[in-house]
Amino acid sequence: MHISQKTVDTEEIELDLFLQAIHLKYGYDFRNYNKAHLRRRINQRLQLSGLKTISELQNRVLWEKEFFQTLIQDLSITVTEMFRDPEFYAAFRKKVIPDLKTYAHIKVWHAGCSTGEEVYSFAILLKEEGILSKTRIYATDINKNALATAKQGIYSSKEMEQYTRNYMEAGGAGKLSDYYTSKYGSVLFDQSLVKNVVFADHNLVTDGVFAEINLVFCRNVLIYFDKFLQNKVLTLFSNSLTKRGFLCLGTKESLQFSEEEANYSDIDKKMKIYRKLTGSL
Amino acid sequence: MTPAIVIGASSGGMEAIRQVLSGLPDKFEVPVLIVLHIGSNNINHYLSLLGSNIGFRVKEAGEKEAIESSTVYFAPPNYHLQVEANFTFSLSIDAKVNYSRPSIDVLFETAAWTYKEKLIGVLLTGSNSDGASGLKAIKEYGGTTIVENPASAYTNTMPLAAIDASTPDYVLDLKDIAQKITELCAGN
Ligand SMILES: C[S@@+](CC[C@H](N)C(=O)[O-])C[C@H]1O[C@@H](n2cnc3c(N)ncnc32)[C@H](O)[C@@H]1O
Repeated sequence: MHISQKTVDTEEIELDLFLQAIHLKYGYDFRNYNKAHLRRRINQRLQLSGLKTISELQNRVLWEKEFFQTLIQDLSITVTEMFRDPEFYAAFRKKVIPDLKTYAHIKVWHAGCSTGEEVYSFAILLKEEGILSKTRIYATDINKNALATAKQGIYSSKEMEQYTRNYMEAGGAGKLSDYYTSKYGSVLFDQSLVKNVVFADHNLVTDGVFAEINLVFCRNVLIYFDKFLQNKVLTLFSNSLTKRGFLCLGTKESLQFSEEEANYSDIDKKMKIYRKLTGSL
Repeated sequence: MTPAIVIGASSGGMEAIRQVLSGLPDKFEVPVLIVLHIGSNNINHYLSLLGSNIGFRVKEAGEKEAIESSTVYFAPPNYHLQVEANFTFSLSIDAKVNYSRPSIDVLFETAAWTYKEKLIGVLLTGSNSDGASGLKAIKEYGGTTIVENPASAYTNTMPLAAIDASTPDYVLDLKDIAQKITELCAGN
């Protein structure tokens, strides 16, 4: 069967209306997320629910609150790991930690922390460098289920082999297994690591600045946004960062060609570690 | 709208892709977007070898990069590669599709949405069934599909799965694929 040109364009219209409906009804704004990605996720949900068109899905999501929760899970990609991109952590140790050590207090923001693996990884790094106790960490996401997992710090033990390898490559000073206890195929991370962590619901699209931050981690979140939204969120980070604050993006993300590019210097170009210039803002 | 070509390959794919690309004329302008399962975190070595062998630019596709003519783009290892409606790339790290990231289906399907009947999809050797439903989507949106002949492919699982999922427009030996692509693009 050939879908006619007309039907195809109809799908784009449906998607726009659908995103608008979600925004009006629930306040979540996905209108400037990458469309190809949204469409793939929504198509999967259509198949699973036995629905044919996005319009049918829109009808359900408007009238069934619980169904919206399912959809939020579909639209937010929570795939993550501990010490993802170990070279990034190694570079961070070398190039940023020495500066952080001179601070009296450090405030860190993990924006889009997902299920928390990144937060525990970073807390371990800070602990090994002896500065965890003077650090306050905000870990935020829009996905409430992911945040609940993050708070618990319980992960599948199946992942530990890979995470241990990452930890070593990241320059870990001890053994990863020093930081967790295993039970029935799960591991529980040492809760003293997250004593100074606040896990909170925060939407980068619709919520604003909430604290003065020395270091922002926002890794593998901006890749889901279009250029306009990327610029908007980068401005939010600039407004949150102290003078000479650090910004860390995912390895495929970049400040290059963004509106904020001129306000930062490169600390590590390849690993996407940036520092806000003194003169800016 | 200028047309585009998408190619997917898995085991044996490095050599198969090299053969197809080096069979294209040096002045070939249509952008080529490729997912190759390489099972490693680094394709730079392969890309620079390839680039020194053929007449046009070969590179890893970048986040938000605009798709340009006379260029061959490869999906970065460990990321899905998607085509957006404004002819730029987007990357995603969501779950593996068909045990693969990057997945051929993801590239083919999103390219089909954007390029519609202006797309040529080519599926080569491989030992899984990634690409079969992507190729089907290309047909549904009016594009043209080519599958490597399973009888002569290095590994036939992927071509067979594709032929099973939808009827390709052409089933060809590897050596004849570049010629067919050139013909199809000339007629456009
Ligand atoms: C792929 S994960 C990245 C996790 C981690 N930073 C890493 O690099 O491994 C992306 C996360 O961004 C979150 N996210 C998406 N849109 C968001 C928004 N508007 N505000 C806050 N978080 C968002 C998702 O819920 C998801 O948990």
